[in-house]
Amino acid sequence: MIWKIFLFLLLCFVSIAGIAFPIVQSPTKWYEFPFILGLEQNAKIIFFHVPTSWLTVIAFLMSTIFSIQYLRKKNLDDDAKSYAAAQLGIIFCILATVTGSVWSKFAWGSFWSWDPRQTSIFALLLIYGAWFALRSAIESEDKRATLSAVYSIIAFLTVPFFIFIMPRIMTGLHPGSADDTNAGPIIDFKMNFSMQLIFFLSMIGFTILYFWMWNLGYKSIILKEKINRQLTRG
Amino acid sequence: MKSYALFQKDFHSELRTRYAINSLAMFIIVAISVILFSIGNENISPGLTGGLFWVIIFFSAMSGLSRAFVSEEERGTSLTLQLIASPATVFTGKLLFNLILVFLMNIVITLLYSMLFAEFIIQNYLLFFLTFVFGNIGIAISSTLIAAIIAKAGSKGTLYPVLSFPILLPLILTSVKLTSFAIDGVPISEAFFELAIVLCYDIIMISASYMLFDFIWKD
Repeated sequence: MIWKIFLFLLLCFVSIAGIAFPIVQSPTKWYEFPFILGLEQNAKIIFFHVPTSWLTVIAFLMSTIFSIQYLRKKNLDDDAKSYAAAQLGIIFCILATVTGSVWSKFAWGSFWSWDPRQTSIFALLLIYGAWFALRSAIESEDKRATLSAVYSIIAFLTVPFFIFIMPRIMTGLHPGSADDTNAGPIIDFKMNFSMQLIFFLSMIGFTILYFWMWNLGYKSIILKEKINRQLTRG
Repeated sequence: MKSYALFQKDFHSELRTRYAINSLAMFIIVAISVILFSIGNENISPGLTGGLFWVIIFFSAMSGLSRAFVSEEERGTSLTLQLIASPATVFTGKLLFNLILVFLMNIVITLLYSMLFAEFIIQNYLLFFLTFVFGNIGIAISSTLIAAIIAKAGSKGTLYPVLSFPILLPLILTSVKLTSFAIDGVPISEAFFELAIVLCYDIIMISASYMLFDFIWKD
């Protein structure tokens, strides 16, 4: 119980700090952020957009890992864990896309411009959507778990290309693209210390939130299956 | 060789009825006609014709390549197939069939396309040939694997493009880029990176297919 309160306080602090701390030319107090060339005021999105995108990839990775476990041991609990991870993954994917397009309206003038990184988060949404569509099209439990596990593994082979390779080699608008001269991958510790602090606290807070929700999710799926089985058996 | 025998079985049964070939040919003609009608008398840039070329290839592949496994399920012969051959052999046989089908289909599409779209003029033939070969191999491999997955699911027709598109997307994006390079006359030395991506995609997909097909195929 204590750590849930702690998590709540941490996320509150991160959200308020991320939005309210001012960005000034030369920071004097500990809670002021400096300007980053090319981003200025809209740099604050980094506290929300980067953790959600990172968690999308982590959720998908976990979904694939439990799929591999299912294929090895044929234990339906692993399928439930994979499903819970994918549910959270698609939520975080939608959040990342929305925060990203809100930011792009302020930074580049339009909500969607088919920048390589926007295209790749859209491709990730399509992969998740296709995975859920496949699951809903199969009746038998074992077949559903096997086929969705196989598809999850195949789809995961394309994810490194989309998330890590394609946006860095193609020219685009997003920071870190091939032709980015000033902003660059800011995570490269070029950030001011107070920004780094809030940023890493945000990452930690969102990651703990994700693991907590995933825990609840897969346990409730397993329990629901158990109850269904007992009810149908009479 | 067993997989070659499987390929021959599919080849002969398709030639006997010619159902699949005919409907695929009609689909190609319909798809190209729809795009021609929508463009009308507008002038389109050569780069855009390169992109539309791969759109037609993708949808024709979605229409025709699932037959390899779905026909087995429909005719009730998939259990027999499971008994007589190991999964790798079955996959090789179906892959051979889909490879031949993809190449035939895409040669027809390329010929029709170059005749009907005046702006589709290729300057670097070797680059286009390499893109064509590697891209088609990639489409055949991924489509065969996804066809095996959906053969066991319901609503096969609509599910097939939905599942295939994210898997084929890296291949299509890179092939569109390579086709626009070929249209612009970029030398192969500058397109080397994208060619490497397509080749790596083929190798990754074929390794993953052989490893995963066992799980899909066995009941």
